[in-house]
Amino acid sequence: MSSRSQVYLLAFMFFALGIGLTLYKNQSLGFPLLPGQSEEVWTVESKVTFEATDEPITVSMILPQDGSNMTVLAESFSAPKYGFRVKEENGQRRAVWTKRSDQGPQTIYYKLDVVKNGESPSLAPPIQHQASSITLTSEQESRGRSFLEEIKASSADNLSFTLELVKQLKILKEDNNRGVTTEFKKKSVTELALILLRMEGIPSRTVRGISLEDGRRKQKAIDLIEIYDDEQWTIINPKNGKEGTPDDVFIWQRGGISLLDVEGGVKSKVRFATIENNQPAKTVALDKSNVEQSAFIDFSIYSLPTESQSAFKRILLVPIGALVVVLLRIIIGIKTSGTFMPILIALAFIDTTPLAGLAIFLSIVSVGLWIRGYLSRMNLLLVARISAVVIIVIGLMGFMSVISYKLGMTQALTVTFFPMIILAWTIERMSIIWEEDGPKEVMMQGGGSLFVALLAYVAMTNPIIEHITFNFPEMLLVILAITLVVGQYNGYRLTELYRFRDLAKDK
Amino acid sequence: MLFVKPSLLKERGIIGMNRRNVDYIARYNSRKLYPIVDNKLITKEYAKKHNIAVPELIRSIQYQFEIKQLEKILSGIDKFVVKPAQGAGGKGILVITDRKGDTFYKPSGMEVSFNDIKRHISNILSGLHSLGGKTDVAMFEKLVNFDPVFEPYSYEGVPDVRMIVFQGYPVMAMLRCSTHESDGKANLHQGAVGVGIDLKTGRSLFAVQDGRMIEKHPDTGSAFSELQVPHWEAILPLSAACYEMTGMGYLGCDIVIDKNLGALILEVNARPGLAIQIANDKGLLKRLKMVEEHAPKSTSPEERVEYSLEHFSADR
Repeated sequence: MSSRSQVYLLAFMFFALGIGLTLYKNQSLGFPLLPGQSEEVWTVESKVTFEATDEPITVSMILPQDGSNMTVLAESFSAPKYGFRVKEENGQRRAVWTKRSDQGPQTIYYKLDVVKNGESPSLAPPIQHQASSITLTSEQESRGRSFLEEIKASSADNLSFTLELVKQLKILKEDNNRGVTTEFKKKSVTELALILLRMEGIPSRTVRGISLEDGRRKQKAIDLIEIYDDEQWTIINPKNGKEGTPDDVFIWQRGGISLLDVEGGVKSKVRFATIENNQPAKTVALDKSNVEQSAFIDFSIYSLPTESQSAFKRILLVPIGALVVVLLRIIIGIKTSGTFMPILIALAFIDTTPLAGLAIFLSIVSVGLWIRGYLSRMNLLLVARISAVVIIVIGLMGFMSVISYKLGMTQALTVTFFPMIILAWTIERMSIIWEEDGPKEVMMQGGGSLFVALLAYVAMTNPIIEHITFNFPEMLLVILAITLVVGQYNGYRLTELYRFRDLAKDK
Repeated sequence: MLFVKPSLLKERGIIGMNRRNVDYIARYNSRKLYPIVDNKLITKEYAKKHNIAVPELIRSIQYQFEIKQLEKILSGIDKFVVKPAQGAGGKGILVITDRKGDTFYKPSGMEVSFNDIKRHISNILSGLHSLGGKTDVAMFEKLVNFDPVFEPYSYEGVPDVRMIVFQGYPVMAMLRCSTHESDGKANLHQGAVGVGIDLKTGRSLFAVQDGRMIEKHPDTGSAFSELQVPHWEAILPLSAACYEMTGMGYLGCDIVIDKNLGALILEVNARPGLAIQIANDKGLLKRLKMVEEHAPKSTSPEERVEYSLEHFSADR
């Protein structure tokens, strides 16, 4: 294989890998591609209250479980002086609070942050024999049967049957003159529908959810019906008779087990408060992957201490600067003094702001050049000469800081962000160019370097680029791929189109 | 129009820096061969081995203590050149054309004392003129007696012939004449005049300064159309032999012409510039492609010159 095709193959692999990982992180883990994106995080607070009756107290409440339409980012339990544990029972998590004895009103809080996960969970099929908890009288049963026959006649399958059932039950409940029993009136549409569905032999269950409304307090859990049909569970909202998971409902619990059990207390109830808050999408994604324990994130820069992370934030910008230098030198043909000096200057510009940076840079380099001109007459050896220039640069920096501070120009204090070794080398190189090729070349190369540095600065401070390089370090591979391909570019530089302009003329 | 369409340049076979670097220098010049051309002392050694004519080396000085013997070294020598072995761009070259007792004279007539020469050598050794400031070696060379034919075409300096040699085949040539603007240096980007030379005849084709075509030398006023490089038939095989000498596939060699000794190789360059295309008003690409694809593999410089004469003359 020729070296050229090897480069292209490698570049393609890097490119595909970089883009692939980035898309994976964006699509599957929810890391936002653009900065400033936020996601709705709901804080749900459930408040359990009851009157203790001076007996041993056991409060158990079911917790949101796998298969919900929301992912729990964080949860906290608060019940002072209560013993607390979480127990697993038939795949259901239950929080259990215990206390030897107490009297009077008791309050237990359970708070959690959730975010929509947009997943359609694969739910286990229904267990075959579900014992009915309610025994019906023969009269109730026969009335139920005839009611079911009516509905059956006007429906096609289990789903349309259930929808129709819910609709008819609602009409029945609203109409008081139909001669329904008080027992019937006491039960909710959901409860009635579930009894009738069981009679019909359609697998069904209750689904408890919390309505997500910003600032809503003291709300009860809402009951939804879920039926099993066509090998999948479908939720039906009895309130509006619509199928499918409602958008603004947090599915808390599936199946008929009680939401709250209180022993040693009376008048127990659980009420929910919901608050919406917007959080940066990245924070949410990180919290989520913490919960889901994604190895990809576990071995990323995010696992570093915050201090190192911010150091990396800067380091990851260097490839962007390098890319700018590569493009400007190879494609445009701008001359710079020192290949990567512009990047280091651009990095300094980030701290100093470009205008102050330019002023500082130009003044130090010109004074340095003047002193270096004198040094060159002393015929020093190179290492000693450079070291002398470094010392002089440091002296200049100190002098500049003090003078400008006394004059009240605090901007000049940022002079310390310029790497002094780089300044010294720049001075050294410029002075050699001055001697060998004249001041014109110094202006060309110095101006070129500053121009490239400014462009690199603009690229590196772009909020989108900054966001992507830090949050998607995989993009390094893409930059590497571009660099490899540009390294093979053998076409003309833009400046050569000017240089060879006479050669294209027809003679 | 400030810029031209790249397609026009492509059509004319002009090669740019990127193509030169990627397709020719990187591919044909092995990195390990660079010292042969970057150090003029080693270049001379190799030239001797391959019977290539170079200006004669009187001696070299490597250590500071050797400078004390300068009086002995220079006894009986009136004309010589001192240069750093790894100097770049003609820096640090001291030319002495006359001597009266202990006083030496530069071509401009300026007096130079023994102490001046000693300090100059000391500077060379400490790396003042070498690229990157490496410690260097000072070389004493016999002065080249320039052929008077070039006198009308050069100002304050010496013209040399730059020949691009690709895989041993001379492909393009130009004469570089210093001007007042170039400060006696023969570098085109500093304002020297480049004169394209017909490979077949050694006669001038075009003359350019600062990328613009000119008719006459800006300082001496001589018309370039009259120019004929002497010893042309010797220059071609000499430059072709640089391929065997250095092993580099893509090189530029600088040739000076001595009144008595004829053509001499002054130095070899591993990264020859592209301005030669402007001076010849012709792109290099077609000739390079021709050599790459059609030229027979020959070990004899003379045979290769034959091929070049046949295929790379200006009228083709």
